[in-house]
Amino acid sequence: MMATTVPKQIGARIRRKEDPRLITGSSTYTDDLKLPGMLSMVLVRSPHAHARITEIDLSEAEGMDGVVAIVTGADLEGTVAGLPVAHNLEELKEPPHRPLSIDKVRYVGDAVAAVVAVDPSRARDAAERVHVGYESLEAVVDIEAATEDGSPLVHEEEGSNIAFEFPFLAGDVDEALLNADVVLRLRLMNQRQIPVALEPRSVIAQFDRGFGKITLWSSTQIPHLLRTQLAIGLGFPEHSIRVIAPEVGGGFGSKLNVYAEEFLAAHLARTLGRPVKWTADRSEGFLATTHGRDQLNDVEVGVDGEGRLLGMRVRMLQDLGAYHQLLTPAIPTLTVLMLPGCYRLPNLEVHLSGVFTNKTPTDAYRGAGRPEATFLIERVMDHIAAELDLDPAEVRRRNFIAADDFPATTATEVIYDSGDYQTALDRLLEIADYAGLRREQEERRARGEVMGIGLSTYVEICGMGPSAALPAGGWEACTVEVRRTGAVVVKTGISPHGQGQETTFAQIVADRLGVPIEAVEIAHGDTDYVPEGIGTFGSRGMAVGGAALSLALDTIRAKAKKFAAHLLEAHEEDIEYEGDRLGIKGAPDRFVTLEDVIGAAYLATDLPEGVEPGLAATHFFEPPNFTFPFGAHLCVVDIDPETGEPTLRRYVGVDDCGNVINPMIVDGQLHGGIAQGIAQALFEEAVYDRNGQLVTGTLMDYALPKASYLPNYELHRTTTPTPVNPLGAKGIGEAGTIGSTPCVINAIVDALSPYGVRHLEMPARPEKIWRAMGSGASE
Amino acid sequence: MKRTIHLTVNGREYSLEVEPRLLLAHLLRNHLDLTGTHIGCETSLCGACTVLVDGRAVKSCTLLAVQAEGREVTTIEGLAEGAGPDQLHPLQEAFWNEHGLQCGFCTPGMIMTAHQLLQDNAEPSEDEIRHGLDGNLCRCTGYQNIVRAVQSAAAEMRGR
Repeated sequence: MMATTVPKQIGARIRRKEDPRLITGSSTYTDDLKLPGMLSMVLVRSPHAHARITEIDLSEAEGMDGVVAIVTGADLEGTVAGLPVAHNLEELKEPPHRPLSIDKVRYVGDAVAAVVAVDPSRARDAAERVHVGYESLEAVVDIEAATEDGSPLVHEEEGSNIAFEFPFLAGDVDEALLNADVVLRLRLMNQRQIPVALEPRSVIAQFDRGFGKITLWSSTQIPHLLRTQLAIGLGFPEHSIRVIAPEVGGGFGSKLNVYAEEFLAAHLARTLGRPVKWTADRSEGFLATTHGRDQLNDVEVGVDGEGRLLGMRVRMLQDLGAYHQLLTPAIPTLTVLMLPGCYRLPNLEVHLSGVFTNKTPTDAYRGAGRPEATFLIERVMDHIAAELDLDPAEVRRRNFIAADDFPATTATEVIYDSGDYQTALDRLLEIADYAGLRREQEERRARGEVMGIGLSTYVEICGMGPSAALPAGGWEACTVEVRRTGAVVVKTGISPHGQGQETTFAQIVADRLGVPIEAVEIAHGDTDYVPEGIGTFGSRGMAVGGAALSLALDTIRAKAKKFAAHLLEAHEEDIEYEGDRLGIKGAPDRFVTLEDVIGAAYLATDLPEGVEPGLAATHFFEPPNFTFPFGAHLCVVDIDPETGEPTLRRYVGVDDCGNVINPMIVDGQLHGGIAQGIAQALFEEAVYDRNGQLVTGTLMDYALPKASYLPNYELHRTTTPTPVNPLGAKGIGEAGTIGSTPCVINAIVDALSPYGVRHLEMPARPEKIWRAMGSGASE
Repeated sequence: MKRTIHLTVNGREYSLEVEPRLLLAHLLRNHLDLTGTHIGCETSLCGACTVLVDGRAVKSCTLLAVQAEGREVTTIEGLAEGAGPDQLHPLQEAFWNEHGLQCGFCTPGMIMTAHQLLQDNAEPSEDEIRHGLDGNLCRCTGYQNIVRAVQSAAAEMRGR
């Protein structure tokens, strides 16, 4: 029998297996589904940021054409539980977060009633006729004011708006600051962002009375965690709940959650006996899908005369919004962990307070706590450079953790797996011709032009993660089934929604089993088909999900070798498995193919001793540590002195995510990540007025970048594999976002340094830049 | 209350009874099951619902179904005209080759807008492509590979 050779797939630029359905309109997102008898749900939401509910009058709405049911919070008491929060904090105030509020509303968008009708138009018409009486209360909008005595309280019964305190101390910061040659003070606002996945959230719930089973389709990143929480929330057996994440149109952390609409649709489908669909419109999404960032940091940092970090103290205020969502309080604790960045920082003191305000809850948004840390420490680096008149690259060089220090334990007791920060920076400076850019800058400045060069060297924590560190578990599961036909079906617990693992996982299978990539199918996002999993977030798809796949493939290969040895009458340890050939070492003409092994495994007429028929394996991978991708970014910005308008002329990155399965997909993740980071630096800001109204509540007002706003990205790599997983891959989903925001702000501040500017709050809009040039002020 | 409209969608003629308030986007998705046309906002800013009406790119959420009376509509499902089920339009092929999509939600609208862009200008510069796509938002790709895809499709279509 002739064996076919398969070209190596790992590391190759393979176009994606998921694309044919997406480019032809054949894919199925949740809202594309229609079920027989399906009803539509529309929520009545609060127009007030903070108000007492005095009455809810349903009489007019209930009588309207097509209305099937209307429920309020009171109807759900004792039936549907509050929404969950997962955390590892010692103490946390956990006021109830009911799917429908009953006493007060606490942010604009807080839901008070659910209307179910025969179609969306009728549900919407009726929702407008639900009359809710409100007694308006003073809104808590400013995070610092929220912590003051006498502030109105978002949750009166808690006695304070401070939901938790998280103090951290390593070393002796007082002593370090006392001994410092220079002590710098900065105030950094990491402004609130709105994730805006392009597919609005959508949910369909169906109850099968015969089997007593709930099926929930949801635009979610975490079908398995959602299944567990639905079971708890509805008091329903978990094994009788099936959650399906069909095609999901982006998440960026905003679909890493358990939302009121998921509980409500499931409850209503069960009680009404008909499927119930809810799809957010965009304005609703802006209000009722989690936001990100919104963290205020007061930083004190002491350095010696050479610009080396001695100690840092940070007072951190995290705006939680009105309630905890799934990971709300956990996000800023990731900021604390990553404050040291790429640098040796012997003494660190942090006091983090999580604060309730009358705004949409914050939670994970691409990077989730790490962009805040990187922004802080990278701004600190540039401040040190400015204060001591050193080159920003030189300040970084003096503080880097050295390549031979890995694994490196930080002041925050995090163990960085592997890294070489200096090499990444050196490559960047060489590729970008940093020296040449500085010369050019000098020439341009002499001509009165305004040009800035920004640097950022980042390290981030991902591949989430060890189960001990994650409240919901951090392992991943994978089943590989080599079918009789030669097809290989992979069932993974991750839930990709744009990250391309149907392709990258297939590449790994193709190489390890010697099958064509077309013969591999990657199944995900259905808890009945893939019974266990955690999901896609925290750049864990490849680093954790891929590692579980790798373990399952090891078992398949080992079993295949047993069959080959039996068929060839050889010793198992003498079998080599290359491509699809399993042959005897040193005897090139004595081999069988995978096809022969599959035949033997499923015919089972002549099994090796002690070996079961079939060729399938399930493995769980528990990561021993997080992974720590890193890199160095540089950008060049030109500013129009007349208007203050910044133009990103160049963006260069050297990123290291360990081993790369598909460079095209890694670059794509970086492109999108960098774009979102640039957007935070230059464009995007969720703005609330003093009454708690979201002023930037549509795509007209919230400045999502368009194609013409963004530059091309020149991307390069170094490769430092991680020892944490068998693939050596670290994850790349969030790195671009984490590295890019400080890079752009550093460039703008660098451009404005001749005007005496040391800092500029984000987003650095033209007006702000223009004013800073005029005043030379640092705010 | 309902009105009867006649229109052609992807080469097929339809006669339908619709509410006057029904948007073309909803007609396509809910009445004709052409769910490749996506809805990402209600303010005509995201462009996900872009289709061709008499050959011109139109955000189908800005048109009432009744305004499409007598028109010819092409959606992503009908773009690769007259071809077999596996046949792709050069734009679809280029988006695939250049990794011009990730989650895929904006992709149908993006391709339809790019289609008109290339009808109007067979050899657009990068700047013209970026400005030409400004009515369509993508949150995943950072646009670079979308621009490349349009450039690559333009070259392919000029060569035909």
